[in-house]
Amino acid sequence: MVIKQLSVFLQNELGRLEEVTDILYKHNINISACSIAETAEYGVLRMIVSDADKAAAALKENDFSVKTSDVICVETPDVPGELHKSLQLLTGAGINLSYMYGYSNGGTARLIMKVSDPAKAIQLLK
Amino acid sequence: MIWNEPMECMSRDQMHELQSRRLKDMIVRVYHNVEFYRRKMQELGLEPGDIQTIDDLVKLPFTTKQDLRDNYPFGLFAVPKSEVVRVHASSGTTGKSTVVAYTRKDVDIFSEVVARCLCCSGVTKHDTVQVAYGYGLFTGGLGLHYGAEKLGAAVVPISGGNTEKQITLLQDFGSTVLACTPSYAAYLAEAIAEAGIDAAELPLRVGVFGAEPWSVEMRAKIEEGLKIKAFDIYGLSEIIGPGVSNSCEQQNGLHVAEDHFVPEILDPNTLKQVAPGVTGELVFTTITKEAMPLLRYRTRDLSSLDYSPCECGRTNVRMAKIFGRSDDMLIIRGVNVFPSQVESVLLEIPEAKPIYMLIVDRKGTMDTLEIQVELDEKYYSDEIAELNNIRNKIKHKVESVLGVSVIISLVEHKTIKRSEGKAQRVIDKRKI
Ligand SMILES: [Zn+2]
Repeated sequence: MVIKQLSVFLQNELGRLEEVTDILYKHNINISACSIAETAEYGVLRMIVSDADKAAAALKENDFSVKTSDVICVETPDVPGELHKSLQLLTGAGINLSYMYGYSNGGTARLIMKVSDPAKAIQLLK
Repeated sequence: MIWNEPMECMSRDQMHELQSRRLKDMIVRVYHNVEFYRRKMQELGLEPGDIQTIDDLVKLPFTTKQDLRDNYPFGLFAVPKSEVVRVHASSGTTGKSTVVAYTRKDVDIFSEVVARCLCCSGVTKHDTVQVAYGYGLFTGGLGLHYGAEKLGAAVVPISGGNTEKQITLLQDFGSTVLACTPSYAAYLAEAIAEAGIDAAELPLRVGVFGAEPWSVEMRAKIEEGLKIKAFDIYGLSEIIGPGVSNSCEQQNGLHVAEDHFVPEILDPNTLKQVAPGVTGELVFTTITKEAMPLLRYRTRDLSSLDYSPCECGRTNVRMAKIFGRSDDMLIIRGVNVFPSQVESVLLEIPEAKPIYMLIVDRKGTMDTLEIQVELDEKYYSDEIAELNNIRNKIKHKVESVLGVSVIISLVEHKTIKRSEGKAQRVIDKRKI
C-alpha cells in the first residue's frame, strides 16, 4: 500500500535527533519504522509514524524542516529470494528505487520503499 | 520632491565656490583649536593660508579610525566642551570605541541632512516613520529620529529589536516608512510572512535602509518581501551619522550632501585621487561641522563618484552603492572575497536563503572558506541525492563568482543567528 512518510532535515549536532523524538513523544505520536541517511554535514531522518500530518505540524512549529512524501510498504514472506523478486518486478517496469528500509518479524518482512511511481509499483507487487 | 533645492541643485561651479569658502574657514578653526591637526599640518609644512580652494584638499593630512582611538575620548574637539550638546560613540569590535561630538549647530546639520535623505526617498510630512535603528550611543536611531521630525513626519521611536512589537505597530499605527538596517528589514519581511500577514495589506510603502553594505539583489528581495520601495541611506558616525548620502528614485547612486561633507575616492595603495567612475576608498572631509571636524577621514568603504547631473534634478555628486568595506574583505588563498558577493549569489538561488555565515580557517598552509547556507524549507528533500544537487549548485555558482573553491554546508533553516542591527557574517579562525 501507499503510505505517508515523514522526513526531517537534521544538521549533525548533538541532541538534535533527541529533540525530534521528544516532540513526537509529547504529541503522543508513535514511530513504527525509521532510518537515518547521513552525509558528513547533515542527515535525513525518515519515519513512518502514527499521524504524519500531526507530527509534521508539531515539528514545523519547532522550526524543523520537514516533508511528507508517498512511499510504499511491501509485505512479503520472510524467506530467501522475496526481496529479489520484488526488485526484479520494479526494474522490469522501469521503476526507480531511491531508498528503502525495513524489518522482519514473525515470518513476515515489511519494506518501506521510495519509488518513482508508487501507484504502479503497488499494482506490480500485489 | 527636493528638500533644499539651493543646496542640492546648484551648479558645479557654485558648489566649488561654496566648498572652497567653507574649507578655508574650517582649516583656520582646526589649525588653531585642534592640536592633533596643527601638528600634522606643521609636519607637512602647511599653514592655513596654503589652503585656498577645495582643490587644495589633496595637500591635507588623512585621519584614520586609529587617530580617533588615540585621542579618546575628547582629544579632537575643536570647541570648548561647554559648546558640545551631544556625544555619540561607535562600538569598536577591537579596542576602544570612537567618540564623536556635536554642537547645537552640528545637531541642526545632522537633522537637515537626514531630512534631505528622507525627502530624497519620497518621504513627506504626511508619513509615519518607524525608526527601528537602535537608539543610544549609535547614531542611527537618534539621527533618523531628528531628521524625520525636521521633515515634519510622525516618528515612532521603537528602536531596534522586539520584532513582534515592530509588526504590531506597523499594523496598528500604520507606519508608512521603515528605517533600519537592511538585514533587519529582511528578517522583518520573513517574520511578517510567518505571522501569516500579507505585506501588501500593510500601509508601509518606503524603506530607508543603511549602516551596512547590501547588494542590489538584496534590495529587490526586501522590496518584494515588504512590498515597498527601498532606499539606501549612507553615513558613519565619524562624519555625522546617517545622512551623508542617499539614493534618489533613479536608484543610480547616492547623492552626497557635499555642501557639508566633501567626498574623494582614493587608490587605497597610493592614496592618490582616482578619476570619476573608478572604484577606490571613500574619504570625507567635513567642512561645516564645529565640534569635531575631520580632515580626509578614511572610511574604508569602497565606492566611486559620478559628477554628472541626475535625472531627479539634483546636481550633488553621486557615490556608487557601497561595494564593500576594505575591512570586510577576506583574502582567501590570495583572492579578495567580499561577503556581499556571496549574498548576491545566494539571492539568485531559490533553494538557498540569503542568510549565511562565512567561516574562514587554515588547514596546514591552506585557507579554507566554508559557507553555511540555510536551506529554504520549501526545497527540503528526503533524498540525499537531491540535497547534494542543491549543495553542488550553490557551490558551483559561488565559486564561479568568487574565483576560489568553497565548502558549502547546508544547515537547517533559522539556525543562523538573525541580526537586529548590523549582521555578523564572518568568523575568521585563522591564526596569523
Ligand atoms: Zn538623483
